[in-house]
Amino acid sequence: MRNVRSDFPILGREINGRPLIYLDSAATSQKPRQVVEAVARFYREANANVHRGLYVLSVEATELYEGARKKVAAFIGASPEEVIFTRGTTESLNALAYSLGEARVGPGDEILVTAMEHHANLVPWQLLARRKGARLLAVGITPEGELDLGDLEDKLSDRTRVVAVTHVSNVLGTVNPIPEISRMTHEAGAVVVVDAAQSVPHMRVDVQELGCDFLAFSGHKMLGPTGVGVLWGRRELLEGIPPFLTGGEMIREVWIDRATWNDIPYKFEAGTPPIAQAVGLGAAVDYLVELGMEEVRRHEEELVGKALEGLLSRDYVEIYGPKDPARRGGVVAFNLRGIHPHDVATLLDQEGIAIRAGHHCAQPLHRLLGVPASCRVSVYVYNTVDEIEAFLDALDRVWESLGR
Amino acid sequence: MSPYEDLIIEHWRNPRNKGTLPDPDVDVTEANVPCGDVLRLQLKVRDGAVEDVRFDGRGCAISMASASLFTEMIKGKKLEELRVMREEELLEALGGVIKPRLKCALLPYRTLQKALASLGPRARKGESETARS
Repeated sequence: MRNVRSDFPILGREINGRPLIYLDSAATSQKPRQVVEAVARFYREANANVHRGLYVLSVEATELYEGARKKVAAFIGASPEEVIFTRGTTESLNALAYSLGEARVGPGDEILVTAMEHHANLVPWQLLARRKGARLLAVGITPEGELDLGDLEDKLSDRTRVVAVTHVSNVLGTVNPIPEISRMTHEAGAVVVVDAAQSVPHMRVDVQELGCDFLAFSGHKMLGPTGVGVLWGRRELLEGIPPFLTGGEMIREVWIDRATWNDIPYKFEAGTPPIAQAVGLGAAVDYLVELGMEEVRRHEEELVGKALEGLLSRDYVEIYGPKDPARRGGVVAFNLRGIHPHDVATLLDQEGIAIRAGHHCAQPLHRLLGVPASCRVSVYVYNTVDEIEAFLDALDRVWESLGR
Repeated sequence: MSPYEDLIIEHWRNPRNKGTLPDPDVDVTEANVPCGDVLRLQLKVRDGAVEDVRFDGRGCAISMASASLFTEMIKGKKLEELRVMREEELLEALGGVIKPRLKCALLPYRTLQKALASLGPRARKGESETARS
């Protein structure tokens, strides 16, 4: 992959007197100047509200916003009208749990999640189960940190209405076999909801190939701005579920006592959407397409391979998740024996190295792993092998000062 | 300001007053739930003052080193002095603590507040009598 570092102004920063090494892209990615410029240009040259304006600026703003929708749709192999702009993965999943729940979940029904879900793909389903008197079951994971498909098979039944699963675990890095999960779920007559926050930014994702029914991801983890995300759903399913938010834009006819809904995707986009952010996301998609998602994936596999190799060779390190980079996304979670992850993160920060430490919004998974928290490094297009080596060297210094 | 002054590393490696007391007057536990830090603090109180103290627990280097240092700071102090002690005194003794880690550093301070609150009215009475004498 070409060297992209000069496109990311923030990578020129020094932190604590050292060049920034940013290894927290799973939390949020940095932004190339092409994205920053697209957002700024929108506000400088084309800012207006979308869809209702009868003047040139509003028409231009609408074209830019709808253009971004088309780019995102093409990026994931979907039709534009199936792409709903939301505030992010969390909002996509919460909205979906509500709408899908209203239409398709009742007392005694079952909802399946997995033990490796981010809280955003767990708690909305907990609330739905409670609201509807449904049962929530969690599919287990194997000792290698992969989804236990036998357990999924056992838990699927004719009571199952929804299977909510992450594509790539934000802690274990595990890439789950969504096509297989979709087949199994459809055989049971249920729908598959995929949390793709950690996959869409890092690998080629095609919703038709995945065979799932709904997919959620965030713009800010894929070089785009914060405040915009996507909920994709199959047309016939989206048409059959009620809106989550109501108000402007999503409406067709309104009387004092009732209303009818607009067509998809507008039915799910009440109020003024994140217009500039969507335009920025469109620019981010252009950027990733130009790099090529196969190249992005190959680059990350190399970096993750280096990180895994380095971590595995240090006997004071414990790694979570699969040991084979080909079975992983761009994240590696680990712990240093007897040292709290927060200490590791603070000491690395002293050397300008930004990593995440905590439960990464996956407390049930950490309970399974038997640790309160973990360290996590995550990579993206702008990281280099040199940075991974600098991180590994710095880890040795952390062990020297606090290991015992 | 380095977050891990030699002082912190030294207390992390060689904690003072770590363990348990056979017959404590106060025995409280406090936690930083999100990070999993847990601190148990035991006090032996005599004549309205901390005669002896022990801590035990698990957590990050900052919370555990802070606990170790803090036990040295409070040992021998009168309860009434401890009641007016400010958290800044602990932070200064630690050589300053970066913002994201204040909660870790102050876990022992919050545990002591809990210990002081848990002291019954008798202890409070004894304390004020001592203060008058």
